[in-house]
Amino acid sequence: MILPASTPVASRRRTKTRGKATPVGYFQPGSIREALDILGAERPRVVAGCTDFYPSQPMGGRTRTILDLTRVDGLRGISATEDGWRIGATTTWTDIDRADLPPAFDALKQAARTVGAVQIQNAGTIAGNLCNASPAADGVPPLLALDVVVEVASAAGSRRMALADFITGVRRTALAPGEMVTALHVPRAAGDGGSAFEKLGSRRHLVISIAMVAANVRVADGRIAALRVAVGACSPVAMRMREMEAALAGARVGEVTMRAEWFEGLSPLTDIRGTAEYRREAVAALCARAIRRAAGREG
Amino acid sequence: MLKRVNDTAISFTLNGAAVAVEAVPGERLSEALRERLGARDVKIGCNAGDCGACSVLVDGAPVCACLMTVQQAAGARVETAAGLCAADPHAIALAERFQDHGAAQCGFCTPGMVVAATALLRETPAPDGDEIEAALAGVLCRCTGYRAILDAVAAVPAALDGPGGVGDAIRRLDGAEKLTGAERFGDDVAAPGTLALRVIRCPHPRAAFSFGDLETWRAGRDGIEAVLTAADIEGENRFGVIPQFVDQPVFAEGVARFRGEAVAAVVGAPEVVADLAPEAFPVTWEPLDAVTDVAPAKAEGAPLLHADRGGNVMCEGFVTCGDARGALGRADVVAEGAFETGFVEHAYLEPEAGMAEVVDGRVVIHACTQAPVMDRDSTALVLGRPREDVRIVPTGCGGGFGSKLDLSIQPILALGALKTGRPVRLALTRTESMQSTTKRHPAAIRARIGATADGRLCGMDFEGDFNTGAYASWGPTVANRVPVHASGPYRVADYTARARGVHTNCPPAGAFRGFGVPQSAIAQEVLFDDLAAALGIDPLDFRHLNALEDGVPTVCGQVFGQGVGIRACLDALRPAWERERAAADAFNAAQGDGPLRRGVGIASGWYGCGNTSLPNPSTIRAGLGADGTITLHQGAMDIGQGANTVIAQIFAEALGVTAGALRLVGPDTDATPDAGKTSASRQTFVSGNAARLCGEALRAELLRCVNAAPDAALTVEGGAIRFSDAQGAYTVDLAAMPASAEGYVLEAEATYDPPTKPLDANGQGVPYAQFGYAAQIATVEVDTALGTTRPVGFVAAHDVGRAINPMLVKGQIEGGIAQGLGMALMEEYVPGRTENLHDYLIPTIGDMPPVESLIVEVPDAHGPYGAKGLGEHVLIPTAPAILNAIRHACGARMTRVPVTPSRLAAALRGRGDD
Repeated sequence: MILPASTPVASRRRTKTRGKATPVGYFQPGSIREALDILGAERPRVVAGCTDFYPSQPMGGRTRTILDLTRVDGLRGISATEDGWRIGATTTWTDIDRADLPPAFDALKQAARTVGAVQIQNAGTIAGNLCNASPAADGVPPLLALDVVVEVASAAGSRRMALADFITGVRRTALAPGEMVTALHVPRAAGDGGSAFEKLGSRRHLVISIAMVAANVRVADGRIAALRVAVGACSPVAMRMREMEAALAGARVGEVTMRAEWFEGLSPLTDIRGTAEYRREAVAALCARAIRRAAGREG
Repeated sequence: MLKRVNDTAISFTLNGAAVAVEAVPGERLSEALRERLGARDVKIGCNAGDCGACSVLVDGAPVCACLMTVQQAAGARVETAAGLCAADPHAIALAERFQDHGAAQCGFCTPGMVVAATALLRETPAPDGDEIEAALAGVLCRCTGYRAILDAVAAVPAALDGPGGVGDAIRRLDGAEKLTGAERFGDDVAAPGTLALRVIRCPHPRAAFSFGDLETWRAGRDGIEAVLTAADIEGENRFGVIPQFVDQPVFAEGVARFRGEAVAAVVGAPEVVADLAPEAFPVTWEPLDAVTDVAPAKAEGAPLLHADRGGNVMCEGFVTCGDARGALGRADVVAEGAFETGFVEHAYLEPEAGMAEVVDGRVVIHACTQAPVMDRDSTALVLGRPREDVRIVPTGCGGGFGSKLDLSIQPILALGALKTGRPVRLALTRTESMQSTTKRHPAAIRARIGATADGRLCGMDFEGDFNTGAYASWGPTVANRVPVHASGPYRVADYTARARGVHTNCPPAGAFRGFGVPQSAIAQEVLFDDLAAALGIDPLDFRHLNALEDGVPTVCGQVFGQGVGIRACLDALRPAWERERAAADAFNAAQGDGPLRRGVGIASGWYGCGNTSLPNPSTIRAGLGADGTITLHQGAMDIGQGANTVIAQIFAEALGVTAGALRLVGPDTDATPDAGKTSASRQTFVSGNAARLCGEALRAELLRCVNAAPDAALTVEGGAIRFSDAQGAYTVDLAAMPASAEGYVLEAEATYDPPTKPLDANGQGVPYAQFGYAAQIATVEVDTALGTTRPVGFVAAHDVGRAINPMLVKGQIEGGIAQGLGMALMEEYVPGRTENLHDYLIPTIGDMPPVESLIVEVPDAHGPYGAKGLGEHVLIPTAPAILNAIRHACGARMTRVPVTPSRLAAALRGRGDD
């Protein structure tokens, strides 16, 4: 057990719950090493932009121990690496929108501009979006379409996994106790071609998506040479449209049409935002538009 | 060693000054700013990042202060609206332009808007429309419809004119404080550290409940001062707004009838109450069978909400004239339809909040409200005390739209203050506000309307069930108003309309801008398009042909000899109608196989101003001080609509001065006479008349003092009151006049009550002294592939009789259209499901297209200077105009709102959808 720096003050802040003292604390480490030590020792709630943290707090339910990653060196920002690009875990949506990146990242940038509005984009982080693991997370389809690999770390070391393996269900991830996301990696090959993001909602801004689609397309001689399409809010975890990607390989961009069987793997819900049937239909239209726009943007 | 930061003070710069706070771990920056640093200009609308009211700049970047830990601000530069408006040149200029455009109505979202706009202008001094939209999209506004805000940020020249009499577009007299956030709203009054209240609410639609040992529970917890339940109520544990239907308990007893109903409250130290989970309170719930829709509530054997209301029917309104059935039988075409609307949440940006204290044995309540005198009288009944023992001092009201007419927090605050003997405060969370306060009634309407081949209406039969929820609130008013208005402003000689209020285990449905008329207008105006299409008549022509005129009886048999302005509104729209329809045709022709289709729809509306066939007086008082100061005791609640300015302009005109020369007092039940409630579009008309009479009376008194001619010009200068007429100039010798205890040498008070007559069993009579009239055109673009609808423009013609302040008229029109747009396309409150502002959607700045406002002035003989009410008229035509536009665009005849993309797509593909 690692003790807090100033025990007398900390003990003053102990609160009683059913007779048992619960330690409270707010940790704001400066290094990844320190953050991982706290994570391992204190079982804190990990926060950064707090845009999902506060809204999910129940009435009267104050979180006792918080690990704030916003001051950790090296966790924020986008850099080119030998293998492609590294996006630090606490990179904000505004950081992404303003970064100098090739057109393959346009879908991610467009998604960044639809996560809440400026106030949320200035605070919310990309790893937070993944860890919150909402089926309607706007960041996930573009990252799936970028073939992103997630880097997670604990005091014991780090490991990498495909994004599709990282989000395991509604509000569930592959993070083990003591682990946190440190970065996302976009492979160099995913940086070719154009991309586009289509979001469907009942109002213009600040809207939880009914459905959304990200497409990355590389075109050669008017034909689709490489295609990656991901759909969100139509399954517990956003999904790549592998059948569609295979079927449309080599297709002329102007002749892309959708086939119902490509969407059979989706399992959309009927909820206040729309029916399952509607989502299925709308997603087909969104995919066609995203592919057309992505092909048109290839730079 | 790992270092916790909660053990040290957090230092940062707040509006240029170094500050340090000791905060608990994870304390919200907004909380620290408001409660530890006194920055009450940071407003809390949702605590979830959905509304943006709490926007501040941290190192220059806008963030929601409610979504940042104060620890994250350590070392940063934090700027709030108050600081920016004092020092930042962009913000200082914005504050002026916001006032020039009337871009702050209630003012609750305004500090957030100013913060977001300042950040934009620092980076982009001359932004384009898209840049402004993106920068402000994170701040919701429920009053203005955003257009004035866009104009203010874009530095569009404002149309102010005149010195401040009737007809002058002047700034709000109370506008400056709204910009800096200095205006104190319900949660801005209590001192930091004031005892806080936590209401314990039923988590089920219907449940029996029993408490554990409350005193033992309380005694076992440090910092809990008191528990309040029905047992603490010394008066009657019920409140309501219609005398025959006072049925809602402050705290439920034994059984709670809707999710969110209060059963108890805990009073304690604020940090203790903040950490109190409702589940920790000793109450046992036993969920019971509930009826949450009208049909099962009316069914045989359904559990009764109130034992004396059989079939759960609260009451029924009925109007009939001529022979509807016979007329429909002889009509050449008959349109028929079933229409459905859902609960609509008012979604004012300020959740209910206030503070109460006991002063000299009296309870003083500072809270946001639309009806201070009703609050006083109802609270006194609950407390079992004379009403003189209760004083209501309204705070700023961050929007109301009808829901803040009812009691909510007031009796609970009063009980807490009396039991503890200390000041107590309560601010509902957004979720509590949405769960527990009134909504717009969901309606299930069936209607048939006939017409003859020449285009004349021939019979109408209307029947509507309105889900009034667990308690009556204003449900009886809705049931009465709907049959009076369901014809629309048209000549319908053969008519039957029936509207029932039906109880369910839902939140009480009450007053919401239009009292049921927006729902009935949807049915009537959509059927009118059916008739016009069946007869091959242009929709505008069809409405014009059937429009009411002077001398033509309404469905209540009321004949206005003057002032009927619907034809004038339709005439005003005609050029825009032709232009928009032609533009839509051209747009669609250019689309080819593309999915976009543009359509243009029209609808009308009318609304009777003031109470329906009931007394409805307002009283206004004024006093002249020995120093020449003219004080207006203005008790008409300004909830953002502008009563403080409009009433002052009318009074000033009558007296012969300008509004800016007045000192305003109130509202305050100790200082202002009863100007009634801010509802029913009555303040400009009723309180305005009282202000006119009061101004005239004071002027007459003054003229008598100097024997000047009635039309003598009055000037107030340097404490002297002077008149001049053809005979010469006179100075009123104020010093020679004895002063009252209040310091007034002259006083005047006047009351106005609009002349109405009761409705008979057939709904025939004189329900209102005046109606206001409206017609609007909506242009929309439908994406037929996705079912989405994007309004691209509105043209709104409103007969206001006389525009007392054209800028405020425009603000009402734009704000009302935004609410009508929301009702048409996105808003639906589902108890237990949409209890926040990210699942319940109201329009954002990007949803609201330009509005061309056409102010029509057909003067009304009863109105002050001819003025008519406007507040509710503005949204009545909007939803049906949008529905008619959607149909024009893509052929889908929508009968259920909101028209979500899912529902429209289903209609386009010929299937039902819910």
